[in-house]
Order: sequence, then structure tokens, then C-alpha cells
Amino acid sequence: MNTIRQVFRSAKFVTGFVIFIAIILLTILFPLFITYDPLDVVGNGNFYPPGTYISQKDTIKANPYELRIALKQSNVGDSLKTDELDKIKEWLTQYGGMGKSEVQDADAESLIVMWTDKYNPSKRFRGMLASEQKYYKRLNQKLTELLTDKDIIIAEQDENNELKEKSKVKSSDFVNLKEISNKRTLVLGTDNFGRDVLRELVSATTTSLRIGLIAGVVATAIGLTLGLLAGYLGGFIDDLILFITNLFTVIPSFVLLILISYSVGQKQRGVGLVALIIGITSWTWTTRAVRSQVISLRNRDHVNLSKLSGHSSFKIIMTDILPYIASYVVMAFILQVSSGILSEAQLSMLGLGPATTSTATLGLMMNWAMLYSAHLNGSWWAYFPVLFMIAMISFSLNLMNTGLDQVFNPQLRD
Amino acid sequence: MSELGASCLSGRGVTKVFGIGKTVTVAVDHVDFDFREGQIISIVGESGSGKTTFSKMLLGLISMTEGEISFQGKPRVLKTCAQKRKYWKDIQAIFQDPFASYNSFRKVDSVLLDCINMRDGKALPQKKKEEMMTEACSFVNLKYEELTNKYPFELSGGQMQRLMIARIFLLKPKILLADEPTSMVDACSRATILDMLLKLRSEVNMTIIFITHDIGLAYYVSDQVYIMEHGKFVERGNAENVILHPQAEYTKRLISDVPKIYGNWDLTTV
Repeated sequence: MNTIRQVFRSAKFVTGFVIFIAIILLTILFPLFITYDPLDVVGNGNFYPPGTYISQKDTIKANPYELRIALKQSNVGDSLKTDELDKIKEWLTQYGGMGKSEVQDADAESLIVMWTDKYNPSKRFRGMLASEQKYYKRLNQKLTELLTDKDIIIAEQDENNELKEKSKVKSSDFVNLKEISNKRTLVLGTDNFGRDVLRELVSATTTSLRIGLIAGVVATAIGLTLGLLAGYLGGFIDDLILFITNLFTVIPSFVLLILISYSVGQKQRGVGLVALIIGITSWTWTTRAVRSQVISLRNRDHVNLSKLSGHSSFKIIMTDILPYIASYVVMAFILQVSSGILSEAQLSMLGLGPATTSTATLGLMMNWAMLYSAHLNGSWWAYFPVLFMIAMISFSLNLMNTGLDQVFNPQLRD
Repeated sequence: MSELGASCLSGRGVTKVFGIGKTVTVAVDHVDFDFREGQIISIVGESGSGKTTFSKMLLGLISMTEGEISFQGKPRVLKTCAQKRKYWKDIQAIFQDPFASYNSFRKVDSVLLDCINMRDGKALPQKKKEEMMTEACSFVNLKYEELTNKYPFELSGGQMQRLMIARIFLLKPKILLADEPTSMVDACSRATILDMLLKLRSEVNMTIIFITHDIGLAYYVSDQVYIMEHGKFVERGNAENVILHPQAEYTKRLISDVPKIYGNWDLTTV
């Protein structure tokens, strides 16, 4: 009891604990409120940026309110693409007689002003391809349309296939967002499949935590059992276990992980199996640590007394040794969970993670984002939140670990 | 003081070597001994002379590198757990450091309960077990009611060591190996503990192997004294003979090192 109170007095542990609990709560509570399937395809294209999406039809149908507020023109500039702006710059320097430096530093707004000032659509420019002439005409058309203050007429087809004016949309018309029923806020946009990244991220975090937990439990269970046996029994069994442990230690566990994952095959590789594979390749460190702790414990007087009291080896391990290394094991377990999550992410990045289209994991999300080059086309929302989540999980777990270490090992207290 | 008792525990060429290769430490070096039933045998030596290693070999907690030990005239075989358990019904120990002798995660009365379970079986009714524990506690002047539900760190060193004696009282072994049972407690508790050990001995008639660095104490309690230096017995025999007429240099030094209340201390040998 006293130890637990002390643990919760450690600032590091509490910080880590709070972050971790927040992540856990997020994975539990979020699906309760947002109930749709995390892998529902929301968008029909890929990588829609974060924001609130409202139905265009609804805005037209909605009751218009006329507001007397100055309208921003900057959206004209925003609706031009970069290559279009570049073309304007090119024209202005070549045919508009503007200085290069003047044009280069100008923003979209002033470029448009210059353009409307200089460009004459009826004039032909010498030395320009016909297609380019047409391109500039189209561009000019688009700009005038954007700049015009004319009402937009909304028409409907009647039975005779003739367009009939239904209503007009004035520049000063506004709709109230509350009156629009069809809207969806995609806080983190959509990914390459058009799925809601936030919802997917929460579900992926749940899966990844589960993988970490299974891997941690498996690794700690194997490591603890072997460590206890090797340390307590000693002799031949110790040699044998140490030999196996060394064998596993010298082969980098990640290589082993890749080989096993690969040989298992694409079809069999589910979430559970990947977690298991991670677990059975990462127990060596726990074994070595536990073994050395047990060796120092097994010659203590209280263990000798237990032996003299006729306790079996199993009972001595469980009551006289395990409680003494429990804090150590908890710390090792936390580290294993953290490294399990990281290992899954690494494996999935290589395409050797869980082969599944029905569940997302943090590693798989990274893999998908990478395959569809989200990092190249600037779709940060597809991979950065995932990275952040992985970092937060491993940060919080490591912080808890350091906090525990300082409580159990007073030498480390600052 | 008699030599008439049957041989209880004897050994021939008992050796323990720690380490491999160049860093070999010979803790106990080919010692022979013959402990007789019903006696108090003291093994005296300074720190590092191999007393504790020797005692652990007697208890069968560590293996011997060489040599053999006979128990009650027959060679001692400790291969299986069952053999060990049977042996440990006959030989028990009190360790040096009472604070290290308890599992700090278990309540202290579980130590006594273990003894009853070992000696008389688990089948005994709870009430009878409690009676036995109360009796054992009162033998060492402790109150059982005050001990229940307590953890080791809630007791004093003297109380812990007395509880260890209560444990022996319950087990009633043939041999008790007391490894410096009084070195970690204060002088007052020391007298009490020694007194209780002697009382216990007269009650259950057991052989006590008393391991100590205090030659005065050895003279006070024992029938036989074995002097150990660097893993060897340099002198052995009747307590009075050894201490009043020491032969070996080492024994003489040990005796001269005993602090005297009256008279000047001779620090030249230290």
C-alpha cells in the first residue's frame, strides 16, 4: 500500500499515467459517441484535408439570409492553383512589361489586380502558341467569373428538358450552418481510401494497444518463467536456458521478427499472431534481468529458512522470490508493451504486419500513408497524427517506467 | 562434557571451493569433524574463516565440492527433495541476521504455521495450531496475539530472533545450527536469547552447533570447541582445555583479542 502511494507521488509516473489513461479513455469513450465503422469509406477520393464538410445542395436549398458584411476577395486567389498563378506571373513578365522582381514577390491578390489591368483578351500575342493563347483566355474567363459580383442563377430542368430559373444566389446571401442537416466534420480529414482518419486512428490505437499488451504478456511470461527457473534452479537447467537466451540475443530480434512474419505467410498473419510473434522474439532481456535478480535472491536467509521449512521449489519461487522482483517485472512488462507497439509499427511499415483490411493498426496506417505517398503530396493528416499517437503511447509508458524505477531504486531519485 | 553420546553428525574431508580457474577461493578446506549427540559444539573463527559456508554445508543448503557427511552414523544422501525435506526435520537453523531471515511480504505468524504444517501435517484443526503457536510464543516470552497480522518490519530484532527460537521449539529438531544468533542484537537481548537456547536444549535434548566469533561466548556455553582458521580446524577439543590451555597460535590470538573490562587492552595483535 505504502509503495503504491509512493508511486503515485512520483511526478514522472503520474504524468505518464495520466497521458496513458487519457489515451485508454479515448479508445474506450470515442467509439461510444462516434458509432460508425472505423473503416467506413467516407470520401470518394483520397486525402481530403481536415475540415467541416457541408452538403452543397443543402446550402443552396437552405434559407438565405442577407448579411451586410464586407466580403473577402481573397478567396479568388485561393481558388487559383499554384500553376495558374505561375502562368500569370510568366505572362506578366513576358507580355505585361512588369519587372521580374515585382512579380515574383507579389501575392495572389495583387497579381490579379495587375492581370485585370494589363490583359486584353482580344489581343493576340506574338510568339505564343495557339494553345497557350487559348489557355490564357480560359484563365481570364475564370478570373472574371470569380471576380464578378453577378448573382448565380440556379436552374432546374422541367419536363421539356428546358432550364427554368429556380432561384438566385446573391453575393450577400448567407446560410446558417445550424440549418444544414448534412454535414460531417473530419477533424483529421480522410486517408487514401477515403476513411475518416480520426475514427480510424482511435480504432488503430485500440488494436495497437492490444497488440502491445499481448506481446508484453507473452514476452514477460516467457522471460519471467525462464528467468525464474534458470536463476533458482541453477546448474544444467541454468546453462541450457542461458544458452537458448544467448542464442536469441545474438540474433537481432527484429531480423528474427521479419523472418518469422515472412514465413508465416500473408494470409495467416492476423493481429493476434503478429502480437504473438513479437512476444516470442522479445523475451530475452527479461530472462537475463530476472535471472540475475533471482540469483542474488536465492541465497538470502529467508529463502534458506523457507527451504528448511520444507517448502517446495515452486512455493519458494512464488512466495519468497517473486514478490521481491515484482516491481522489476512490472517495469519490464511496461517496457515490453511499449516496444511491442513500436515493433508492430516497424513491421507494418515494411508490409509484414497484420495482413488485414478489416482492422487498422497504427503501423498499418503508416504503411498505407506511405504507400500512397502522403508524405510527398503534403497530406500530413494521414501520417502525422499516427506518429504522434505512437510517440505519446511510448512516451507515457516510458515515463511511467522511469517513475517506477525512481521509486523502487532510491539511488536514481533526483 | 561427556564423549559418550553417539555420533550425530560427522564429516570427512569436507571441502567447498568457490570460483573457477584463477579466482578460486577455498572456503572450507578438507575438514574432519565428529559431533556427538546432546552436546553444544562451538565453531569459533573470525569473519571470512569459512564458518557460515561450513554451516550451510551441514544444513545441506549448498553442495560440497569434496568429502562426505554422515548423519547418525549413516552417509547423508540429499539427492531428492523428499530426502532433503526428511533431513530438515532433523536439523534446523537460526540465522545470523533476523532482519534478513523473514520474508517481508508475509506475516510473521506464517513462519510458525509453516513449522506446524511441516512437523505435524496440515490436517491439524485450526484451534490446535493456534494453541501450539501460543505455547511456542509464550516459551520465548512473546504474546501470540500481538504477533498475528504483523509484518516483519513491525518487530524488533530481538523479537524476531526470539520468534526464530519459537520456531525451533515447534520443530524440535535433533540438531540446531545456530549461526551467530546473537551478533545482530543488543547485549540485553543476547543474554535472553542465549538463555532461551539453553532452556530449549534442556527441554528437547538436542545437539546445538553454535557458530560464533566470540570465544568468550563459546567458553560460556559449549562442551566442545572447534577453532576455524582459513577453512581449517586448527584446534579442537574440550571447551575448557582449548580455551584455558590453547595450543594453536590462532587460538591464543583469538583469546587475547577478547576485550577485557578490567585491565589494559592489548591492541598489538589486532
